[in-house]
Amino acid sequence: MTDLPDIWSYLREGPLLWLTATLAAYLVGDAASRASGRNPLVNPVLVAMLLLAAILWGTGTEYGTYFEGAQFVHFMLGPATVALAGPLFKNLHHVRRTLLPMAGALIVGSLTAIVSALLIAQAMGVEGATLASLAPKSTTAPVAIGISEKLGGLPTLTAALVIITGIIGAVVVTPLMNAMGLRDYRARGFAVGVAAHGIGTARAFQVNETAGAFAGIGMGFNALLTALLAPYVLYLLQG
Amino acid sequence: MIFNITLILVFQLAGEVMARLFAIPVPGPVIGMGLLLIAFVLAPKLANRVVPTAQNILTHLSLLFVPAGVGVISHVEVLGQDGLALFAALFLSTVLALGAGVLTFIGLARLTGTTAERAE
Repeated sequence: MTDLPDIWSYLREGPLLWLTATLAAYLVGDAASRASGRNPLVNPVLVAMLLLAAILWGTGTEYGTYFEGAQFVHFMLGPATVALAGPLFKNLHHVRRTLLPMAGALIVGSLTAIVSALLIAQAMGVEGATLASLAPKSTTAPVAIGISEKLGGLPTLTAALVIITGIIGAVVVTPLMNAMGLRDYRARGFAVGVAAHGIGTARAFQVNETAGAFAGIGMGFNALLTALLAPYVLYLLQG
Repeated sequence: MIFNITLILVFQLAGEVMARLFAIPVPGPVIGMGLLLIAFVLAPKLANRVVPTAQNILTHLSLLFVPAGVGVISHVEVLGQDGLALFAALFLSTVLALGAGVLTFIGLARLTGTTAERAE
């Protein structure tokens, strides 16, 4: 018979354990979210990531080792983005009627995100490469990292800022929109897709399928617009 | 099922190739999404078959962000001494962008409400 510590040291180096742990942690997060009546503060991603980070810390496991298992889940982000064409197609009749509102909300939302983030950070003494890393934070991670590199930012920092933005957006959107008394799920979804990319979009799908479809469109177009706008805004602010 | 997944992967692949071929500053999967949407419009039968699978994949979209999220917590030190300022900037700018975006959308939707059908 093999000792438990031996089995552990065998498992912790392979992908099986960390893939299982990722799915299990998500199930716990999702169950907690449902138990709270989908309270936005109990975000399944947030619960799962805190749980897993605690396990990694407690077992002294490197993130790189964890990611070898979790990468199978991470990989699915690509196909899931392509799959957004599904709800988009089903909502095409809504989309056709709202081209102008979408164009306006895209430009205003995208610019507000970039300009206000940079102004607030600058006012609080952030400068240089850190400021450049912040500029593309509202757009989807692969685009944001590409923009950040071009602007002289730090890709790892940008990746973290993008994820944190997504979680803030996903947590804040429902209470904010309810407090504003807004019930138009096309508008709510689109705004969260522009401001908080895929994590915001995932939250929108939890609330309403039309909101999810519009969030997907907002995310997609903001990827393009941020790539075009961020360099100019940063240049203007840095004078 | 396998056909549907293969199709989605093929569109992702096509998106990745296009992004690089034409140096488009948008990730391959986003272009793949656009191409698949065009395919659905051109062939509604294909949509009937593939859309349910797409919806299945999206039901647990949140799960897919967990691995990257764990990375952020594990590397929280990259925020450095600017951590508080960065968090304040992220929080406030996200709230402002959400508010500005949603109000613009609703305002323009009201403005064009009656002519929306013709505005296509």
